[in-house]
Amino acid sequence: MRLIDTLMSSRPLRLGAVVAALFAPLAAPAVAADYPSRPITVFVPYPAGGGTDIVARTLTGLLEKELGVPINVVNKAGGGGIPGQTAVANAKPDGYTLGVIASDISLYKPQGLAELTFADMTPIGQTNELVGGVTVIEGSPYKTMQELVAAIKAKPGELKATGAAPGSNWNIGFAGMMLGLGLDPATVIWVPTQGGTAGHLDVAAGNSTFATASLAEGRALIESNKIKPLAVMSKQRLDSFPDVPTLKETTGIDWTFALWHGMVGPKGLPDDIVAKLAPAVKKVAESEEFRKPLRERGFTPVYRDPAQFREFMAQDLSEMQRVFDQLAKLKQN
Amino acid sequence: MDMFIAALHMVIEPSTLLTLVASSLFGFAVGCLPGLTATMAVALLVPMTFFMSPIAAITSIVAASAMAIFAGDIPGALLRMPGTPASAAYVEDSHILTKRGDAGLVITSNAAFSAIGGIFGTLVLIVAAPALADFALDFSAYEFFWLGVLGLSCAVFVAGDDLVKGMTSLMFGLLIATVGMDYTTGHPRFTFGIVNLLEGVSFIPGLIGMFALPEILRSLLTPGHVATVAKIQTRGAWRKTWEAGKRYWGQMVGGSVLGTIIGALPGGGADTAAWISYAMAKKTSKEPEKFGKGHIEGIVAGSAANNAALSGAWIPAIVFAIPGDTITAIGIGVLYLKGVNPGPTVFINNGELFYAVFIVFILANLLMFPLGSLAMRIAQVVLRIPRDLILPALLVLSVTGGYAIDNDFFGIWILLGLGAMAYLMEENGFPIAPMVLGIVLGEIVEQNFMQALISSNGNLLGLFSRPIAGVLGAATIIIWTVPLLRWIWSRFVAAPGVPASGHRGHE
Repeated sequence: MRLIDTLMSSRPLRLGAVVAALFAPLAAPAVAADYPSRPITVFVPYPAGGGTDIVARTLTGLLEKELGVPINVVNKAGGGGIPGQTAVANAKPDGYTLGVIASDISLYKPQGLAELTFADMTPIGQTNELVGGVTVIEGSPYKTMQELVAAIKAKPGELKATGAAPGSNWNIGFAGMMLGLGLDPATVIWVPTQGGTAGHLDVAAGNSTFATASLAEGRALIESNKIKPLAVMSKQRLDSFPDVPTLKETTGIDWTFALWHGMVGPKGLPDDIVAKLAPAVKKVAESEEFRKPLRERGFTPVYRDPAQFREFMAQDLSEMQRVFDQLAKLKQN
Repeated sequence: MDMFIAALHMVIEPSTLLTLVASSLFGFAVGCLPGLTATMAVALLVPMTFFMSPIAAITSIVAASAMAIFAGDIPGALLRMPGTPASAAYVEDSHILTKRGDAGLVITSNAAFSAIGGIFGTLVLIVAAPALADFALDFSAYEFFWLGVLGLSCAVFVAGDDLVKGMTSLMFGLLIATVGMDYTTGHPRFTFGIVNLLEGVSFIPGLIGMFALPEILRSLLTPGHVATVAKIQTRGAWRKTWEAGKRYWGQMVGGSVLGTIIGALPGGGADTAAWISYAMAKKTSKEPEKFGKGHIEGIVAGSAANNAALSGAWIPAIVFAIPGDTITAIGIGVLYLKGVNPGPTVFINNGELFYAVFIVFILANLLMFPLGSLAMRIAQVVLRIPRDLILPALLVLSVTGGYAIDNDFFGIWILLGLGAMAYLMEENGFPIAPMVLGIVLGEIVEQNFMQALISSNGNLLGLFSRPIAGVLGAATIIIWTVPLLRWIWSRFVAAPGVPASGHRGHE
């Protein structure tokens, strides 16, 4: 399968990598001192061409130069990312199998889909975020976030929101925002859509009242005056949309929400290997070569070192758990 | 005109032309391999586009995807194994024609009508993109629901001779489409705790299994039966294709138009386009009984439609950055990366670049003619190998393809499971095409139905509340009820005294 993986990577003609990969199993077990001495496999738990895949391929393309060995990207997709992330968690912790994972990992346990959490991984470095936002159709009666919130309070069960399938990313951003406002999320009808762009499109087509997906996913619709951004769910305003206020500025609530990506290894990855990988990932993640293509895609570059990344993921998981617990409580009442 | 000349200058740059040819060959190879899709071909090119000029970067995406969709027809014809899902609709006809020795005709037709469909889609893109994109923007769940239902009605046309068996097969397909996370509640459905089924039954391994495995099993179970390999006639192939084009020009135009429209609607794709065009071709054909038994007419329509859909998908992509399919989703990313922001003003701000892109679209489609000839040579080699030697290789290729899409062994189980099911079905006279159609459209119909119902607070009349949805809905109901009314009329009204023996024969 190694040969196939190599052929499927972005550089199908790199013969050296193929030969190296073929002979790799014959080599002596890797010693941390000369790590890395053979090609590294990076699992992406999502299909080729998606957001996580783009981050992974941009990152590994540059990381190869830092580490001096070829890196093969393998898309182990399907199953909501669970099989792919499980494969990373269960890999041999020798530094030759790593993964680029996404924020979905904080949703599995609270939803009871899988036991897998960040604790099954060794963090190496966070690379970026994709911040949630709020958009309405151009010409909507709600010109600001305050007006929209007032309407949600005044007309329970009448407004419609959209941006994702229930229980997945932007729906959680919406639920957290509603809870933060002291409102029951069920007072707004959630229209499921397949992804954020489809959500903005549903707003532009005049169906849903507002979408809570990232503004990046609706950039062209915003620029062509089909939809209007009301807020971003980050601590500070975004460089790409400097005129759009944060939720805190307009409504005073503390809720922030963003999808994120980062590089991890299996649980129990030795410290000396992390010590070699982390500076390389940091250098790439902070380089303009990495940040420019990501910014163009609408991502916000954010670097966190291994310790900060672990703390961030722990916090993210407990936040998600809190949102799901509150939702469950509301449902019971 | 100045803009056109400037654009031409950008295209005839050696690096652009080299990119065009290299990406075409790459897309061709990927498309030929079952399990590797056009989307994957494009995704693999993305890191390389970082180092290309804007025009070369877009060229590589356009050329590789167009060629992969065309090349997907080739293993379908030779091995009954569609290279990409877009080729599934007419794989049966292609394969039977090949068995009859007409592989040359099939492959040159695939090349020629793919090119024509692609060029047609491009011309529409050049002339009418802004207007069509605005139209596509009016489509929401209500409209997509009716389109999906209309698509499902096509099952009648691919059902084969026995309508009941055909409908049973469709129901199997719809049942398979219900597996996975429920779209409206986020609850896992029919997954039996297997996380690999959370996103549903993986389509590509299933597709390979359903078409290739029965073929392999049948050959294994009839040992001693050495299939006489039909000689492939290459000399007259292009001439025959020309004649097919002259004879079925209506299907060619119909496939191109339908393909472009379906491609331009976000959510429609090359595979849906091919299915609907194939069914429409059968509906409008003078000899519908030949469809599914080795008839070129459906191939003409389907080949044109899937490549037209590919061009059509760029309409909302360029004007509103809304991807019509996964390929344009990646393409939009590359456009942004190269500082070309899609939007209604793109034709004003980046006029030259876009004229250059259009020239590339047309050149990439024209390249299908030489590559069609190349494909014919490959076909000659493949068909000369004795069947007994091909079968093991075919099995290996199938299993590899089933694994490759998700790099997961679970894909192989799906391949074997659905393959065995398809074999049993075919042995008992159940056609598998309706099942594939059910899997393709089941999700589209269900998701949009639920989305529309939730939006209208559960009011079924809401499905007719928007103008386009109302028209589509009324059309669907008329299409469904007319045959029924006609039957009631002929049975109970027109000839009250005469026993309707003719109808009983069917039951």
